[in-house]
Amino acid sequence: MSEKSMTIIATKGTLDWAYPPFILSSTAAALGYNVTMFFTFYGLQLLKKDLNLSVSPLGNPGMPMKMPFGPSWFKGINWNIPNLLQAGVPGFETVATSLMKKTIKNKGVASISELRDLCLEADVEMIGCQMTMDLFDMKRPELIDDISVGGAATYMERAGESDINLFI
Amino acid sequence: MSESDQELDARGLNCPLPILRAKKTLNGMTAGQTLKIIATDPGSVKDFQAFATQTGNELMDSSEANGEFHFLLKKGG
Repeated sequence: MSEKSMTIIATKGTLDWAYPPFILSSTAAALGYNVTMFFTFYGLQLLKKDLNLSVSPLGNPGMPMKMPFGPSWFKGINWNIPNLLQAGVPGFETVATSLMKKTIKNKGVASISELRDLCLEADVEMIGCQMTMDLFDMKRPELIDDISVGGAATYMERAGESDINLFI
Repeated sequence: MSESDQELDARGLNCPLPILRAKKTLNGMTAGQTLKIIATDPGSVKDFQAFATQTGNELMDSSEANGEFHFLLKKGG
């Protein structure tokens, strides 16, 4: 079977948006693709040793607000919480994040660190963006060991010979 | 469902974990051996078809019983 390849640019650093790049990369690797992930701007958060990702329902009308516990009629309720309240209540994002993590666990969805480990195990190449590290003053030791650091030209070199290139 | 060389319990796991676990298990098997997978993720039905087509492993059987999905993969050469 001919060797195919895929690259993904991961630009987002929230818990929800961490999923698509790692799910697609781990799956592509399992299907025999050579995969390169390039992490830039907020996406660089996904390479931190200490993964502490949050999700914010504020200003995100597409995000269902459902409780991960209680009887099924209760779990089925979609709580329509006004933006003003979400912004005004301290710790709202923290609560939303822990509810989301609970839901993720309940549904048998892998954690981000688990998916990231599966990607690394499958030899997915991960490149951190040097410019973003300089911009946000991030130090190399904050990021996991099994990555390299590079720039746009490094990405283009991979993308130019790749079958699939995605920007997430 | 026929006998298989190995079994993988992927019940309760969601996309893409059943596929990833199956791939990992297949890595430790030899060509021609069969792997039986039990999953509860309804998406895995289409996904295992796609997995088989793209990896050269043969999907010999795919069935559903009591909300569980059974797959039989034969490792390709």
